[in-house]
Amino acid sequence: MNGVHDMGGMHGFGKVEPEPDEPVFHAPWEGRVLAMNRAMGYLGLWNIDIGRYSRETLPPHVYLGSSYYKKWELGLTNLCVQFGLIGDDELAAGHALHPAKPVKRTLTAADAPKTLSRGNYERPAPAPAKFKAGDRVRTRNINPPSHTRLPRYARGHSGVVECIRGCHVFPDAVAAGKGEDPHWLYTVVFEARELWGEAADPTAKVSIEAWEPYLEAI
Amino acid sequence: MQLRVRALETILTEKGYVDPKALDFIIDAYETKIGPHIGARIVAKAWADPDFKHRLFADATAAVGSLGFAGRSTHLIAVENTPRLHNMVVCTLCSCYPWEVLGLPPVWYKSAPYRSRAVIEPRGVLADFGVTLPADTEIRVWDSTAETRYLVVPMRPAGTEGWSEEKLATLVTRDSMIGTGLARAPGAAS
Repeated sequence: MNGVHDMGGMHGFGKVEPEPDEPVFHAPWEGRVLAMNRAMGYLGLWNIDIGRYSRETLPPHVYLGSSYYKKWELGLTNLCVQFGLIGDDELAAGHALHPAKPVKRTLTAADAPKTLSRGNYERPAPAPAKFKAGDRVRTRNINPPSHTRLPRYARGHSGVVECIRGCHVFPDAVAAGKGEDPHWLYTVVFEARELWGEAADPTAKVSIEAWEPYLEAI
Repeated sequence: MQLRVRALETILTEKGYVDPKALDFIIDAYETKIGPHIGARIVAKAWADPDFKHRLFADATAAVGSLGFAGRSTHLIAVENTPRLHNMVVCTLCSCYPWEVLGLPPVWYKSAPYRSRAVIEPRGVLADFGVTLPADTEIRVWDSTAETRYLVVPMRPAGTEGWSEEKLATLVTRDSMIGTGLARAPGAAS
């Protein structure tokens, strides 16, 4: 979706302001939100892309006006309601009012260390890769109203395949409820001038990771 | 927010979906065990050990996995800064970051200014961090749009010949492993 989360190349947000000696969390609730996201993700009802989509679909003014962990809290709450795990009446009451929905598994303290490792998103390839390193490609000009990982600034531009990264779960499909639908994933490099025009830095290049459906041969 | 989050945790706990002890474990891990000191050890090892460096750039997931840190990395890619090439990592769409080797990302990494500007004006972003590169250094910005994760291996500072891995690791800053900073010079204030 062409949402405000897709920020690459936007103007007006100001300077980057690093915080000296930044703490891991700025308030205890931030840690609880992070950990609840991990624990609820462990239930296996949604994957990382569905989680991202829950934050991307926050209203634009809420997305831009909320801190990182507030967005995570809002996204998690929306997912819990959407999947029927909790009700709005329970959120209003601050307590459980209904029996829990049966779930396959929950995260115990004994299993918590598992969540510190990242999942593997590589899958067996349904077909040979269409492109190889060195191929020139153009990103498709797509504007799906649903989740995609092809940023707006990189659509309809020509670049070079630098590397094949394996066959990975396709976010566009999984967030749309169409299953993992794995596709080949490539690192595609663009000259900054191709993306931003002649005034761009001639020494800069930008790469994205692009799934095969994002690309066409040129 | 504190009250709102407590209410959510109460509901999820009462319904048996989350165990507060599991949450405590995860928070403690990121506060005390998993952070940029892990990445610093990896970079220092790459500087000091040519065989490890070779393995790191060939397959960072396997090379880092062999070191046995608390969280296992997956789809990890190490990229090397040289006098001719400077790498910098961003996630314009959300906040993708190599948590297993750098810990949780700082606020600025997840902020709109960084996410919007890194891909269109990388030298301007570097200037915000006080970093000026030679005009002819190529800058490569990696936008983390998939589940691959990038670790920048900064250039080893001059004057560190013969240093141990432990001592070298003290020069490796978090920002130098994202590409918005350089490794510290020996003797520079930390």
